[in-house]
Amino acid sequence: MQAFLHQVLSGLANGGIYASIALALVMIYQATQLVNFAQGEMAMFSTYISWSMIDAGFPYWAAFILTLVFAFVLGVAIERIIVRPVERAPVLTAVIVFIGLLVILNSVAGWIFSYTIKAFPSPFPSDAWYGSSYMSPHEVGMIFITLVVLALIFAFFRYTPLGLAMRAAAQNPMSSQLVGIRVGWMLALGWGLAGLVGSVAGMMAAPIVYLDPNMMAGIILYGFAAALLGGIDNPWGAVLGGFIVGVLENVAGAYVVGTELKLTVALVIIVGVLVAKPSGLFGRHLVSRV
Amino acid sequence: MTTILEMRDLDAAYGPTQVLQSINLQVDEGGIVTLLGANGAGKTTTLRAICNMMVRLSGEIRFGGQRIDGKATEDIVRLGIAHVPDGRGTFVGLSVEENLRLGAYTRRDKQVTADFERVYAYFPRLRERRHQQAGTLSGGEQQMLAISRALMLRPKLLLLDEPSFGLAPLIVQEIFRILRAINQQERVSMLLVEQNANIALELADHAYLLETGRIILNGESKVISSDESVRRAYLGY
Amino acid sequence: MAILGETSSAPAALYAGLSLRAWKRLGIAVILVVACAAPFFTSSYHLFQLTMVLVYAIALLGLNILTGFNGQFSLGHGAFYAIGAYTTAILLDQTVVPYWATIPIAGAICLIAGFLFGLPALRLEGLYLALATFALAVATPQILKYKNFDHWTGGVQGIIINKPDPPPGLPLDSDQWLYFFCLLCTVPLFVMGWNLLRGRTGRALVAIREHPIAAATMGIDTALYKSLTFGVSAMYTGIAGALGALVAQFVSPDSFQLFLSISFLVGIVIGGIASISGAVFGAVFIEFVPNIADQISKAAPWAIYGIFLIAFMYAMPLGVAGLIRVVGARLKRLVGPAERS
Repeated sequence: MQAFLHQVLSGLANGGIYASIALALVMIYQATQLVNFAQGEMAMFSTYISWSMIDAGFPYWAAFILTLVFAFVLGVAIERIIVRPVERAPVLTAVIVFIGLLVILNSVAGWIFSYTIKAFPSPFPSDAWYGSSYMSPHEVGMIFITLVVLALIFAFFRYTPLGLAMRAAAQNPMSSQLVGIRVGWMLALGWGLAGLVGSVAGMMAAPIVYLDPNMMAGIILYGFAAALLGGIDNPWGAVLGGFIVGVLENVAGAYVVGTELKLTVALVIIVGVLVAKPSGLFGRHLVSRV
Repeated sequence: MTTILEMRDLDAAYGPTQVLQSINLQVDEGGIVTLLGANGAGKTTTLRAICNMMVRLSGEIRFGGQRIDGKATEDIVRLGIAHVPDGRGTFVGLSVEENLRLGAYTRRDKQVTADFERVYAYFPRLRERRHQQAGTLSGGEQQMLAISRALMLRPKLLLLDEPSFGLAPLIVQEIFRILRAINQQERVSMLLVEQNANIALELADHAYLLETGRIILNGESKVISSDESVRRAYLGY
Repeated sequence: MAILGETSSAPAALYAGLSLRAWKRLGIAVILVVACAAPFFTSSYHLFQLTMVLVYAIALLGLNILTGFNGQFSLGHGAFYAIGAYTTAILLDQTVVPYWATIPIAGAICLIAGFLFGLPALRLEGLYLALATFALAVATPQILKYKNFDHWTGGVQGIIINKPDPPPGLPLDSDQWLYFFCLLCTVPLFVMGWNLLRGRTGRALVAIREHPIAAATMGIDTALYKSLTFGVSAMYTGIAGALGALVAQFVSPDSFQLFLSISFLVGIVIGGIASISGAVFGAVFIEFVPNIADQISKAAPWAIYGIFLIAFMYAMPLGVAGLIRVVGARLKRLVGPAERS
């Protein structure tokens, strides 16, 4: 029983990471109807930047905040420079560009930082008071940070004028123009925020999976699974989906398929959701045009 | 009487398809002008041309003496032109209040909250429904919301695209009565595109008639609506 | 409708004495002659590379059948390549099946696997199919490493394959024989692909891509065609994988990572989506460029792939084959047809 509880709680902790990536994916999907295949690599790259700062002597939280800024700027820059030309192009053209971006980020990270695996520190000391036999301090901290970031993002969208403008621009670009909203920049901001949220996921995951250019390949898959499960156009669904996928991954890994086939769980969820209920648990119904 | 909006020799096209030809049109400050015509005449295109949305333009559009053709839509809005598009254009996923708040997005002054009250005074039904999702409102209420959102901009010029469309006659009369009040109390100039010539001529001072992209008739509404032959030939009643 | 080629209702125009079709046939004949002569004039390593070009060309043709003509998009064809490769490897390792027989077996298995994957996948459009196949590509190495399959797959260590001997009596060494064996597979597969795409099936495929719902109302069984197309596409790539295993003489889970599926994507983007000749151009690119790039740095091949993917989407969405078509059309207008006497 204790082992099971440990799997569930640990799964929830991982779920926080998946929830963050899923939220980033949904944010971009809501605004553009596109899935950003490169979200994981953007997060990975930001995490490397964070590592460089820590390596250079910055205190952890200073590096954390600066990385958030970097990730935000990176997201904005990517949208303005690389994505903008293909925003109105056929969907698959954009997909290819995203794959290209994934590949470039991965290779640049490998080139600058080398492919040797690096350790990444956790800000939560291993003997902290909030640790227990069920959850390590880092796992507790992970859930806490994830929930704080998610809450801030939701509050931003709900209660600030800029957040309102971004929601409007995503829903109805034409009417948004008519009230003076610069829709293009709202999109860029959305990408910036998505990048920021993704970088949090990266920095929380790195102490566990270790830092290497391919660290996010599996995680992005769980992010996809979570976003699809929750409904690709529903941010709340994405977050809930993330936690569900986290628990499912651990429980299935421990009791059903074994830890080596965990990625298959993600694959099965993705294909299963797409086939059985493409709008996910909470998404709106997807319509295909004639 | 100063001119607040002027279109000179305006051509407009969607891609290779020419829609408007040599349009000359004026709106006086504080006045109400209506643009009439059948479906496909180019009325909506005219309004879109003013806001530079989706059309290719050549010719001149002046607002308050300044040229605005070629400017970005968001910048034209900031000059004080509010456009209520055909189909209302409400943010259906957001609440009534959020829609109104968005109308004031570009404003930096402190009177936004007061303007909520002003708008609710014109359309009390919206106050009752302020937290309701805009998509659940009736057609008439959505039209009221669309006009209110435009008012939140404190516009100098209000562009309205077929506000009577799909609405019951009683509601239409109520809305047009309020439009007249807005024009008289706030000195908001209006350019009104309508298929319902009767009610448009009642409200407007001046009318233009558009047929396949050209202005074929223009004059004071009183004159046009009292001329039976014109009415029968062009306006259908 | 350039894809479907010319109909023969109008008299063919002549260019310098030959019809366009004759020129094309001449061109193909020249290429075949060069291809047959090449093994006798190249070093062993370059021959290996040329053989891999053939292998990749088959794989890319499979992907083009799916992507170009059916509008479905797969980021996971590396999985089918892996299935083909492992089929050959396991059969050679554990049974007495001769090497040449493993190829059609691998093809058949991948045809079925592709059809089965296509059945649920047929419900997914563009973006979602891309997602699902992306997941397949990422999960494949892990599946291949699964402990319970170890006694077949050889686990992380993989399986070593012996190079097949040339048939007795032929004056070829084993590298040259392997090249010709691949060529013997490539040509009929390309011919079959050609026929597939220009006949009735081809027209149905294009109809499904352009207007799926309209095609259904015309009686084309959309579901069946989509799944079959996926199956055939997987079969091609699976055959390529089987041949590739023979050439590389080794299979292991890490040979079939995401990089492979993305290489295929790069291949068809650069060569030209929906193009038969594009499969060859793309194959040349993905075989030679990483080898050259590797010498700059380990990260360079990936980076070049990424830059090319993005650049081609901006500038040359139709790939090299598309560019040739455009240039060819311009030349046609310049040179102009001569009157037939």
